[in-house]
Amino acid sequence: MLLEYLPIAVLLILALLLAGIVIALGHMFGPRHPTERKSMPYESGMRPIGPGTRRMPVHFYLVAVLFILFDIEVMFFLPWAVIYKKLGVFGLVEMLIFIAILGVGYVYVWKMGALEWE
Amino acid sequence: MSLNDLLVNLNLIMPITILTAWACVLLLVDLFIPKERKGITALLAALGLLVALALVISRAGVATSAFNGMIMIDGFATFMSVIFLFSGLAGIAVAYDYLIRSGIERGEYYVLLLFSIVGMMLMAAAADLIMVFLALELLSIPLYVLAGIAVPRPDSEEAALKYFLLGAFASGFFLYGTALVYGATGSTALTEIVSATTSGGVNLSFLVIGAGLILVGLGFKVAVVPFHMWTPDVYQGAPSSVTAFMAVGAKAAGFAALLRIFVLAFPPLAMDLTPVLWALAAFTMIIGNVIAIAQRNIKRMLAYSSIAHAGYIMMALVPYGQGNVAADTVASALFYLLAYMLTSFAAWAVVIALEHNMGEGRDTDGLSLEDYSGLGQKQPALAAAMTVAMLSFIGIPPTLGFVGKFYLLRTVIEGGFPGLALIGLLTSLVSAYYYLRVVVYMYMRDGEPVVRREPWLYFTALATAVGVVVLSIFSEPLFNWASQAVLKLI
Repeated sequence: MLLEYLPIAVLLILALLLAGIVIALGHMFGPRHPTERKSMPYESGMRPIGPGTRRMPVHFYLVAVLFILFDIEVMFFLPWAVIYKKLGVFGLVEMLIFIAILGVGYVYVWKMGALEWE
Repeated sequence: MSLNDLLVNLNLIMPITILTAWACVLLLVDLFIPKERKGITALLAALGLLVALALVISRAGVATSAFNGMIMIDGFATFMSVIFLFSGLAGIAVAYDYLIRSGIERGEYYVLLLFSIVGMMLMAAAADLIMVFLALELLSIPLYVLAGIAVPRPDSEEAALKYFLLGAFASGFFLYGTALVYGATGSTALTEIVSATTSGGVNLSFLVIGAGLILVGLGFKVAVVPFHMWTPDVYQGAPSSVTAFMAVGAKAAGFAALLRIFVLAFPPLAMDLTPVLWALAAFTMIIGNVIAIAQRNIKRMLAYSSIAHAGYIMMALVPYGQGNVAADTVASALFYLLAYMLTSFAAWAVVIALEHNMGEGRDTDGLSLEDYSGLGQKQPALAAAMTVAMLSFIGIPPTLGFVGKFYLLRTVIEGGFPGLALIGLLTSLVSAYYYLRVVVYMYMRDGEPVVRREPWLYFTALATAVGVVVLSIFSEPLFNWASQAVLKLI
């Protein structure tokens, strides 16, 4: 029973070994010139410490939320399209209802000015 | 399913269909209503609720299932829908002037309210755990937004965040329970869960754990101890009109789901679950009532009172597994929910009438007990409504609260749990202290209460208070109506 999991265990050990070897090699042969900036948790120059209630542009946030919303809802089209022929008129009507509800949200967002940048 | 089936099924749940479409249309119509005339939106929303109410009542007596057994339209769903629609109407009535004076009037408020009610009606009709979950989300998500609609008031934001995080957490519990029940029985439909359990071959420990997790998830929604922590903060921070609606609607919907799931699907597990329900009910009654004594803020006090009342209703659920008492469990819980709805709105309408001085960033005022001093002399009508509400909360005749508590206790004693009934009685006695304290402040202390004279608030407070008294006289036919709402497998 447990023997069935042996390949997974082997894979796990190999993965750990490989990762360990790569890190060790880099550690041994790689050049190192540490500066204060480089030793920060995020090397990309992002300041990890600061006030918690920082001001940030809310525009991006809004766009991201709207994107996720409509993106995921449009994903429903995909499985529908695959079995469209099997569903027939029923599927079409269901999808039209779905699009109508989506459209309500779209018109609302548009009219509220969420799609305008300034 | 063919197109024709779809139309037939949509017709079967016509009140819900209409309300959903109405809410969608209203969201669009509201965009073209100028800012200073949002009263039109409120009116249209109320109109939609009235149409749905008429449809629900005209179809009372129909018992059928729709959407392949996902939904059951029966007396139970009808009774609960009436409660939800009435609380929606009252929710709009107490909100209208309050939103204007707090400067948070938005058309979306009423639309979200409608969506939430659709979720509640689906919840009462759902006969499949997946459907219950969808309804739970549909009723909760609008409430999360409504709790935070008073941005940038920090307490409203805090309430919304707390409610959202803990609500999402509770949904997780519910889903996990559903998964375990599915794993044990191979189905999420209530009818098939029960048939799989009785025919044997089911892993009972998984089923019990699943049922327990479902109980936890819904316990969060109805705020029973120990899942009540969010209630005082959320009830206090959310705009009072939202709290009034939430305290009634969300609780009633949670109990609707609990009743249907437990009475229909889990009677075979009664041996294991009854002690758990017993403890939940006892702790909820004791802790809710005892902590309420210490509250000086009326919103917090009513929050703990709502926790205590969840305990009383939970009490009826304890003997759910006994075939001869189960009908009384449902009937008395439904009756008490009706009594609680009317009483609660009477109290909250008065609270909203006294709330004042809400500038931006400042704390709300008019919410401490001292602010009620002298209300009896200055506003006898409002004080009378509040008194009726407090008496009904304690369970003193002639109020609906008394009759409701009588039926609850009768169910518990019938089920063979006199100890729990005793705890219920004693905690009611304890609750008299903090409820009557409000009455003492109103009539025996002098003061200059600041009261808003807003017609709809007055109307709601008085109409519900009169309802609490008058309906208690006609409680017999009302209880018979609730008794017809027994849960049966179709």
